[in-house]
Amino acid sequence: MRIGLSGWIMGGVLLSCAAVPALAEYGDVVLNRRAEAEGMPPVIFPHWFHRIRFRCKVCHSELGFEMRAGANDVTMVEIIEGKFCGLCHNNEIAWGPENCELCHSGRPGLEPGIRGGNATAGPGRW
Amino acid sequence: MKGLCCLFLSMLMAPAIQAYEPKWNSLKQDGLHDPEGPGIDTLQEPSEALSVLPPDTTGNQVNWMKALDEGIINPRTNFRPETKVRLRDTDVLFKETGEMPVVRFPHLPHTQWLDCRNCHEKLFVSKVGANPVTMFKILQGEYCGRCHGAVAFPLTECNRCHSVPRSRLGE
Repeated sequence: MRIGLSGWIMGGVLLSCAAVPALAEYGDVVLNRRAEAEGMPPVIFPHWFHRIRFRCKVCHSELGFEMRAGANDVTMVEIIEGKFCGLCHNNEIAWGPENCELCHSGRPGLEPGIRGGNATAGPGRW
Repeated sequence: MKGLCCLFLSMLMAPAIQAYEPKWNSLKQDGLHDPEGPGIDTLQEPSEALSVLPPDTTGNQVNWMKALDEGIINPRTNFRPETKVRLRDTDVLFKETGEMPVVRFPHLPHTQWLDCRNCHEKLFVSKVGANPVTMFKILQGEYCGRCHGAVAFPLTECNRCHSVPRSRLGE
């Protein structure tokens, strides 16, 4: 059986991922470009919770969220004005922006980015 | 040799597969949420929402397509009434896959979640053969890797994409 160079490199990448313990739920996003610098805990956005209720296209097409962690520079002013999260988080569809602690629920010092649990950070079933 | 390797691997994996039971970390133990945070007890726990959905062995440990197809979940397709909800039911075959089976990309399940413009023309040009997709780029989060490995089933699931044996293509 010929695995080839690409196969070995691929295997190495997957194995190196496997060494990272994964606790967060698959697709959780940490938003902390602004939060802590402005005195609030980081925001944890759970994809799993939202996709039960909305298809990807609602937020990533109609609302204008880019499908890349770090590509959406969202401010609280925009949310309060009804843009981005604020389209639903307005006390009509979901809790309003005055419920700070429900979104700003992260531990201090978290790096922004998308996190995963289970097999994201490696082949959990291998 | 290949057969022996497969046999050995499947013997190794068999107990793990039989014993597999989905288990979700609580928010207080997920390494992200502050267990002392004032809102933590108000938030829904993953186990409460996900344990009632069709199980899977990877990702959120939920088979999201099955949950959708069986009507167990019915997430909203659009926010504004005037938004056109577009579906497409064509398959694309990616045949340049080396020694791996050919990749069959089904538009239908993808468009059940996504709109055309989520992928076209930014991630993929709408022309068969015009997208230089490689596994390296996917592993780096490009092309399919935008979602697969982040929010859709991860890259450890080779055969879910590499699903068409060459023998079936008659080549």
